[in-house]
Amino acid sequence: MGKFTLEEVNDVYVDVLREIGNIGAGNATTAVSSMLGIRLDMNVPKVALLEASKLGSAICSEDEIIVGIFLEVQTDIEGSMMFLLKMDSAQFLVNMLMGRDADHACEFDEMDLSALKEIGNIIAASYLSALSAMTNLVITPSIPYIAVDMAASILSVPAIQFGQFGDNALLIETEFGDDVMINGYFILMPEQDSYDKILTALGLSL
Amino acid sequence: MSKVIKVGMADLNICKSPDIITTIGLGSCIGLTFYDPVSKIGGLVHYMLPDSTQMRNNSNIAKFADTGIEELLRQVIKAGANRNRLVSKIAGGAKMFEVSGMSNVSNIGERNAFAAKQKLRELRIRLIAEDTGLNYGRTVELHCDTGEFYIKAIGKTPKII
Repeated sequence: MGKFTLEEVNDVYVDVLREIGNIGAGNATTAVSSMLGIRLDMNVPKVALLEASKLGSAICSEDEIIVGIFLEVQTDIEGSMMFLLKMDSAQFLVNMLMGRDADHACEFDEMDLSALKEIGNIIAASYLSALSAMTNLVITPSIPYIAVDMAASILSVPAIQFGQFGDNALLIETEFGDDVMINGYFILMPEQDSYDKILTALGLSL
Repeated sequence: MSKVIKVGMADLNICKSPDIITTIGLGSCIGLTFYDPVSKIGGLVHYMLPDSTQMRNNSNIAKFADTGIEELLRQVIKAGANRNRLVSKIAGGAKMFEVSGMSNVSNIGERNAFAAKQKLRELRIRLIAEDTGLNYGRTVELHCDTGEFYIKAIGKTPKII
């Protein structure tokens, strides 16, 4: 059983996560920017430490529909991660990718969902490759899984993952865009032992 | 005029007719209700995990099936419900992402639903209706005037169980 828990998170650790989030989101922004052929800027990510049971309402009201992309990670680090988008941001990204007007709005069809899954996959993988580069750990992501549903329902998945170890969860919010700003949220859910590995690899053993 | 009592994640509360008790966006968690059709007293627990005994940190009793269901039972009886008349309905326990294999994410919903049935059997309380599993979120409402349990999901017609 690992030593580290989110109940005893200190400022240094939050700073490290913010930095990983920063580099990861930077990588992700570059990837999305080149895929869509548009210029995108990004803001410094915000790292929030909150109660796991409050995750459901952490990014919007509990019954608002959002998009969640979920990947499992393995090899040196075991666990999973999620990337979340609000509907307007998801719609904007799909429109750009599918060559539609930016303000086009309709229900997602199979093709849109597949495009969205791919965007989420690229964003999540960019984030993970930043983490991998900083820690020198091999991190292999699974294929992406997608869900479009109520925020509380989608966020029950990370809430449960964090809930197994304690009462706290970490949420990283990034903002990128140009005229339109897109809000994306990362949630990294390492298994207990993997926290120690990440911290040790960063020279931050407890 | 009835009021609506909201229950959050890892939370529980009781309710009396004509009021309504609700929890929004159940994913892999379970919403379990008790209801006494005579006194019209009910209650709802929204738990996240099946078993408190497997956890190091289990101080929040509403987070787990075993401790959460026991506490809800204690509270509805304290409020005046008759234990022998109590019936239970459950919803949630979805698999939000179609993850393959036997990882925790792929089967936690199922394990949560199973934990409810196991605990109810142990407490000898009848489970009279359930809407669990599949791959979507559910918002639920227990109407304490009738005992009806409303289930709403995105893109689906609301149903009553």
